[in-house]
Amino acid sequence: MEAILFWIFAAALVASALGVIFFRSPVNSAMSLIGGFFFLAALYVLLRAHLLAGLQVLIYAGAIMVLFTFVIMLLSLSEEEIGGPRYTLFKAAGLLGAGALAVIVAWAVGAEGAGLGMGRQVGTFRGVASLLYTDHLVAFEMTGVLLLVAIVGAVVLAKRTL
Amino acid sequence: MPTTIPLSWYLILALILFSIGAVGVLARRNALIVLLSVEIMLNAVNLTFIAFARFRADTVGQVVTFFVIAVAAAEAAVGLALVLGLFRHRKSVDVDQMSALRH
Repeated sequence: MEAILFWIFAAALVASALGVIFFRSPVNSAMSLIGGFFFLAALYVLLRAHLLAGLQVLIYAGAIMVLFTFVIMLLSLSEEEIGGPRYTLFKAAGLLGAGALAVIVAWAVGAEGAGLGMGRQVGTFRGVASLLYTDHLVAFEMTGVLLLVAIVGAVVLAKRTL
Repeated sequence: MPTTIPLSWYLILALILFSIGAVGVLARRNALIVLLSVEIMLNAVNLTFIAFARFRADTVGQVVTFFVIAVAAAEAAVGLALVLGLFRHRKSVDVDQMSALRH
């Protein structure tokens, strides 16, 4: 079962990555990558990294790619014509991806993190946080500073007049 | 076909993804597609970390992936702000035309 799921998700992930570099329109590339992130999150669940799978969808597909799509739309409107947006296709693909991810997460969370001597908390919030806030606390705090600096930098760079 | 996927399959998949991202960075002229390809490369690295976290039963790989996602978010924000500024100045996001430092 796990092998079948791996092949499905891996093939879809590679197809979406190829779609990113082969589509002519940047909007199509961004949509293809968003779909690929869902399949990558499903692969994370197969690898018992449930928290990271959720963060992948939330942050990567939900924030970073939204930012990308905003900028692509901003720049595309003035340089090339976006012919006939097929929003129904996007919505259908998004629903399908979300549904597949929900099914996979529900199935994987119900299973135990067995094998290879791993405890039941591997991949959960508690498992990651027990390392994140103890051994890697300095890196965690520095990441917060990095995000603050990135926010300030992006605002300064994007303003028309300082 | 093994019932559990061996580590090497995940690593080969990450390698394929990284190569696709590298080709996208080198071959596409649109700066936004280049940034998207960089995101593909970062996700290939994330997949490698998660795979090793699973097969070495060590959660450190997932912690590192957490940091990589955060850094990728910061990098995407600043990179997109740069592309916006570049577009405002040059009216183009074609990386082949950005050759002011070359001459």
